[in-house]
Amino acid sequence: MKVRIDSERCQGHGRCYDLAPAVFGEDEEGYGVVLHDGLVPADAEALAQRAAANCPESAIVVEASE
Amino acid sequence: MTTDERFAASFDEMRQQRLDGIRNEPVVGPVSDWATDFSHLEPAWADDPYPIQDDLRQRCPIAHTGRFGGGWLPTRYDDVAAIAYDTDHFSSRAIIMSNFRPPPELAPVGGSPPISSDPPFHHDARKLLLPAFTRNAVGRLEPAARAYCHEVIDSFGDRTEVDAAIEYAQHIPVRVIAEMLGFPPEDAPRFREFIESALEGVNAPPDERVAKFGALFDYLLHQIRDHVDNPRDDLTTYLINVELYGNKLDAWHVAGTMGLLLIAGIDTTWSAIGASLWHLAGNPADRRRLVSDPALLPTAMEEFLRAYAPVTMARLVKQDMHWRGVDMKADDWILLSFPAANRDGGQFERAGEVVIDREVNRHIAFGLGIHRCIGSHLARMELRVALEVWLQRIPEFSLADPEAVRWAPGQVRGPRTVPVHVGE
Repeated sequence: MKVRIDSERCQGHGRCYDLAPAVFGEDEEGYGVVLHDGLVPADAEALAQRAAANCPESAIVVEASE
Repeated sequence: MTTDERFAASFDEMRQQRLDGIRNEPVVGPVSDWATDFSHLEPAWADDPYPIQDDLRQRCPIAHTGRFGGGWLPTRYDDVAAIAYDTDHFSSRAIIMSNFRPPPELAPVGGSPPISSDPPFHHDARKLLLPAFTRNAVGRLEPAARAYCHEVIDSFGDRTEVDAAIEYAQHIPVRVIAEMLGFPPEDAPRFREFIESALEGVNAPPDERVAKFGALFDYLLHQIRDHVDNPRDDLTTYLINVELYGNKLDAWHVAGTMGLLLIAGIDTTWSAIGASLWHLAGNPADRRRLVSDPALLPTAMEEFLRAYAPVTMARLVKQDMHWRGVDMKADDWILLSFPAANRDGGQFERAGEVVIDREVNRHIAFGLGIHRCIGSHLARMELRVALEVWLQRIPEFSLADPEAVRWAPGQVRGPRTVPVHVGE
C-alpha cells in the first residue's frame, strides 16, 4: 500500500500523524508528510486507512501498490 | 527604560488612528422562530442548541435573523464546509457575530490576525505563528500541564463536592496560555473578564463594549511595554520582534494577535474539558469504560469534540449574491456553526449520539480550510492530559446537581459550572 498527502488540501490538523505515526510525520509548520516515500509498512495498513478516513480535509490518498 | 514608538500608551490613543465601523441596535429577548429570528445569545440556545439545529436542518437549513444587523445560520455539514473553503465570497474581517461590523478597510488584516485575516495576507501572518503550535512544540508543555492538573486535584483535599468547570477545567488553559504569552498567572481572573466581555457580552450597549475592549487592549499594551523592557523567551517577545515583509509588526497586529491567543486559547479548551467531564459525570457506562481502558481516551476525546464542539465562527458576506437558495446581502453575517455541522446525520452515522469508540470521525470541531484552529494541537494536548489525570485521580464521580449546570451563550459554548460528587 502507498499513501500520499494532497498538500493543496492539507491544513495541518495532524490526525494522520496522531493515528498512524509509522506512516505520517509533521513538518516544522505542522503540515502532514509521508514517511518512507509513502510506502506503508504491512503492519500499519489498517492504521493508514484509519488516518485517511479521519482526515477532516480528505487530503490523504491511499493507493494500492502494484 | 527602553521605548518602542510603535506602541501607544493606551487604547484610546490607538483608536484615534482607526476608522470606526458600523453599529446597529442590539435586539434581545426570546426568539419567535429560529428559522427567521435566531440568536445564539439567548438562553434557549445556550441551554441546548442541538434540537434547534436539528429542527432547522430539516425544515430550513440556512436560517436567517434580522438581529445583529442581519445574518444567516447554515446547519448542514456541506454548507458549513463550502463557506469555510470559500474565501472569495466570505470574509473573516469579523469573526464574532455582534452588533458591530469593522470598516471594510480593515480587510485583509482584520483586528486579530490571522483569524480575522483574508488571503493572501492571512497565509503570511499565520506562518509566523505555526512553528510555536505544532504538535512537537506543544508537546514540550505537556509535563508542566500534567503536573499542574495534579496540583489542582491535590488542592481538592478530601472534599466530596467540587466544581469540575470552575475548579478544574478553566484553570488548565489559563495557566498554559499565560505561560506561552509570558503573562503573570495571577492575572487569571482578569483573563476571564476579558473573555466574557468579548464573547458573551456582544449585546451590551456600545459604550460598554468599547470600554471593555479598551480594558483588554490596555492590559495587552501594559504587557507589551513590560516585554519591551524585559525581553524573554515567550510569544509576546517573539511578536514584538518578528518581521513580516521586512518590517516589524505594527501595534494593532501585535496586540490583536496577543488578544486572539489569550481569548481563543482559554475558554475554548476550558469548554472542551468541561463538556467532556460533564458527559462522563452523567454517563457512568462511558466513564467506567474509559477508566478501565485508558487507551480508548484519544478516540473518545475526538467524539467529545465532535458532539460538544465548543467553537462557532463567523464570516461576513462580501457582495450581494444568491447562495444555495437564499439571497445574501453584502455585510450579512454568517454564523458558521461547526457544532451544527458535526451533528448532521447526512455526514455522521448516529450523529445525535455520543459513541466513544467511533473509529471514523471526520469532525470539524477545529474548522476546515485555511483557518483551521492554529491551537488545535495545544487544545488536544490539554484535553487529553486533563482527562487522563482526572480519570486516574477521580475515577468515580457523578453530577451533584444536574439542574445547576450552566452553559455559556455565544460562539464558544461550554459548561461554566458543573458541580460533581466525588466518590461512589
